[in-house]
Amino acid sequence: MQEDDLRGLIGRVKNGSMSRRAFVRRMAAVGFTAPMATQLLAMTGAANAQSTAASVPAYGGTRRGGGGHLKILYWQASTLLNPHFAAGTTNQDASRVFYEPLAGWSADGTLQPILAAEIPSIENGGLAQDGRSVTWKLKRGVKWHDGQDFSADDVVFNWEYARSPQVATVTSGSYRDVNVVKVDDFTVRVEFQAPTPFWADAFVGSIGMIIPRHLFRDFAGANSRDAPTNIRPVGTSAYRLQSFAPGDLLRAELNPNYHMNNRPFFDSMEIKGGGDAASAARAVLQTADFDYAWNLQVEDAILQRLEAAGRGRVNVIDGGNIEFVQLNAADPNREVEGERAHPNSRHPAFQDPAVRQAMALLIDRQALTQHIYGRGGPATPNFLNNPPRFRSPNMRMEFSVERANQILDQAGWVRGSDGIRAKDGVRLRFVYQTSVNSPRQRTQAIYKQAAQRAGIDLELKSVVASVFFSSDVANPDTYMKFWADMQMYTTTMPQADPQRFMNQYVSWEMAQRSNSWQGRNILRWKNDEYDAAFRAAEGELDPVKRAALFIRMNDLIVGSNHVIPLVMRPAVSGSVNNLRHVLSGWDQTMWMIQDWWRQT
Amino acid sequence: MTQYLIRRLLIAIPSIFGISIVLFTVLALAPGDPFEELATNPAVPPDVRAALRQSLGLDDPVHVRYIAWLTSMLRGDWGYSFVSRIPVDQLIVQRIPTTLYVIGLSQLVALAIALPVGVYAATRPYSIFDQIANTLAFIGFSLPTFFTGLLLILLFSIYLDWLPFVYRTNIEATGWRWWWEQFRQSIMPIMVLGLFQGAAWTRFVRSAVLDVIRLDHVTTARSKGLPEGKITMRHVVRNAMIPVVTLVALQMPAVFGGAIVTEQIFRVPGIGSLLISAILANDTPVIMAVTFVFACLVIFFNLLADILYGWLDPRISYR
Repeated sequence: MQEDDLRGLIGRVKNGSMSRRAFVRRMAAVGFTAPMATQLLAMTGAANAQSTAASVPAYGGTRRGGGGHLKILYWQASTLLNPHFAAGTTNQDASRVFYEPLAGWSADGTLQPILAAEIPSIENGGLAQDGRSVTWKLKRGVKWHDGQDFSADDVVFNWEYARSPQVATVTSGSYRDVNVVKVDDFTVRVEFQAPTPFWADAFVGSIGMIIPRHLFRDFAGANSRDAPTNIRPVGTSAYRLQSFAPGDLLRAELNPNYHMNNRPFFDSMEIKGGGDAASAARAVLQTADFDYAWNLQVEDAILQRLEAAGRGRVNVIDGGNIEFVQLNAADPNREVEGERAHPNSRHPAFQDPAVRQAMALLIDRQALTQHIYGRGGPATPNFLNNPPRFRSPNMRMEFSVERANQILDQAGWVRGSDGIRAKDGVRLRFVYQTSVNSPRQRTQAIYKQAAQRAGIDLELKSVVASVFFSSDVANPDTYMKFWADMQMYTTTMPQADPQRFMNQYVSWEMAQRSNSWQGRNILRWKNDEYDAAFRAAEGELDPVKRAALFIRMNDLIVGSNHVIPLVMRPAVSGSVNNLRHVLSGWDQTMWMIQDWWRQT
Repeated sequence: MTQYLIRRLLIAIPSIFGISIVLFTVLALAPGDPFEELATNPAVPPDVRAALRQSLGLDDPVHVRYIAWLTSMLRGDWGYSFVSRIPVDQLIVQRIPTTLYVIGLSQLVALAIALPVGVYAATRPYSIFDQIANTLAFIGFSLPTFFTGLLLILLFSIYLDWLPFVYRTNIEATGWRWWWEQFRQSIMPIMVLGLFQGAAWTRFVRSAVLDVIRLDHVTTARSKGLPEGKITMRHVVRNAMIPVVTLVALQMPAVFGGAIVTEQIFRVPGIGSLLISAILANDTPVIMAVTFVFACLVIFFNLLADILYGWLDPRISYR
């Protein structure tokens, strides 16, 4: 099917002469999966006739309150309730109980309006044709928990607050390069410096939670951490604060003035923090003491055993997080201009495509899924996996020691007396580093075993996570310095748009001394076609063409075998059988907390 | 006595000072920072992370940071937690009641077991009671608390379903129901800690009493025809208590420090769980404050033990 045919069909859905269902069927006939087809509709604006995202189920509550108490368990406790300071998921989730963004990301990667009256699109005039601005219409009649009115001033204030260097927010990256203008009391315009296809960043999702101007106005400078509202939030959400003990317990009660009908269902809720993931799983799945447990990083075999008690179920929610291996493009063992792994150096072994191809053939991803990760880690050949519209169909995963040996033999890498291959004085002996984490150490062991059979020796190294992932410039063991031959970790994809995700391999982002290793390209890989594709995607307003560009980027980086994707890391959580919730891999756990209810 | 006290207190000042330098240097030399989660999040540009580090003063040299910490500490300002951005003293004060309640009670339980059992066993060495007490004590302190904790959870929470295994600070009940719920949820952590400590102390009390019971003044008291109970209490136990007091006094700071593992297992929001989460998150001001207070308490209780000696044994004088 050609692009023009596709557009014709989408046009027919838009003007109503073809049903969505028929469209999906036609697409399936030519090999498009159903989610891919619905997303094509969503992207091109045909789904905007509805007011909600397609993947959000209907709310089953019939009246406000009366639902009793909701008990949620996190094995990491929240410590503060200001979304602009929330460094981790736990604090973002806890803040989200009280604060709301203009819109959130639903499970299929489309937007769901929350404080916005509608999702901006070209059709409703919200999106500028040239992609240089987006106009948000705000919902009217929304009140803060203390009774004050919510208005465009609050939205503009959040922009000023988040971008201020004195406040030092975590969210500043999404706000400092845009300009926000108040059009009227219930309309704001976000202006971009260049045409921006990914316009749903500021004020959306975990980055976009809106804090009240009237309470934070006096704390928008160096005194930001003195604000009492940092731990006593006053938001717009369905639940308002009852009490908060940092590092332990958060309690909230129903907000009687909430702006959505019949919501929330529960009279009160709590989030208990602390402990460990395994016992959290037990408290929900086996004893049902709690209703929901977050992020169950527990062996799948244990989860299945607990599920057998029949009281709860495990939720696996797809996102873009991926566990992968990087083969260093630069040489970590030789100093060039006084710098290890200098971008101008070439790795002595990995510069040979045959070695990289052999390395990719030597990891048994299916075994990783089967024996280590279970439902929490489906094997994948792609770096960019989700939303489905960005998933490349071109990559294959193969595990074959035989073929790896063959390739290395052909390329002239000969086994020495110790069984390790070498060529021109370069031995295939690599330092393979990762963070301390039991599944990772087991993956290392599996990889090492297979590599040995192909005449490659892997020296395993593991670094404590708080060091490995720190931004400490003085430390030689951080993942961003990458002073090892290969390394493995999970990179997260918090937004449904891959632009921020795929900038990890553009040449201008190289991590090196001159930028204190703050660049995103820690692989130090350079490819002109990739750079060009990324530049094109940055300004490409046509969603179909843009998706094709990202798929091409995925094929380039994965095809080079410098990046070896292993398993996807969907979000795994547990809930009791009668709890009905709306979860999404592109937003926070609590992104639709107002829609949670209990079926009796 | 007053002179002695003043001298001891003056000696304490340089030791506290030295401790703070060591603690601070070790923490400053430890690698890592509190922004681990930001690192793998592509939505946060790396320079934002660098700016955050700078705003917390993490890039300053160690001595500058130490002097800044010391001056604010002398002014009574404990600093801010990197992770929760609230004053450290607030965080600690919030944890103290639960810690004192759970850990304090467990120490009382331990004493209540160790003293009578230890003394009774020592007065009848190698009797059946002594043998049983000894065996149980051995078992008690060879099982680590994380193991007994999990065992109790499996037994009482999972199979019998009698007791909850998540400690809650907000029990929604009043009157006797509140007490009953509180009892149900705290009995397991208290017993796990109390029995472990009690087992160790029982052995110690027993040997201390055995040492004294053989001495001449006890034989003299017996030959005077004093009742056995009086001999045990006045002539044996009082003398045997001196080493026990040292041991118990040195254990008291632990009441403040909490029990890291047990608190983690039962989700008790005490100082121990605060410390471990601060360590995992590299939240230096909190680690510094907790360990520093802990060090001060050790010094204080050492002094207290020395003073108690004088009361227990009038022959000890303070000069």
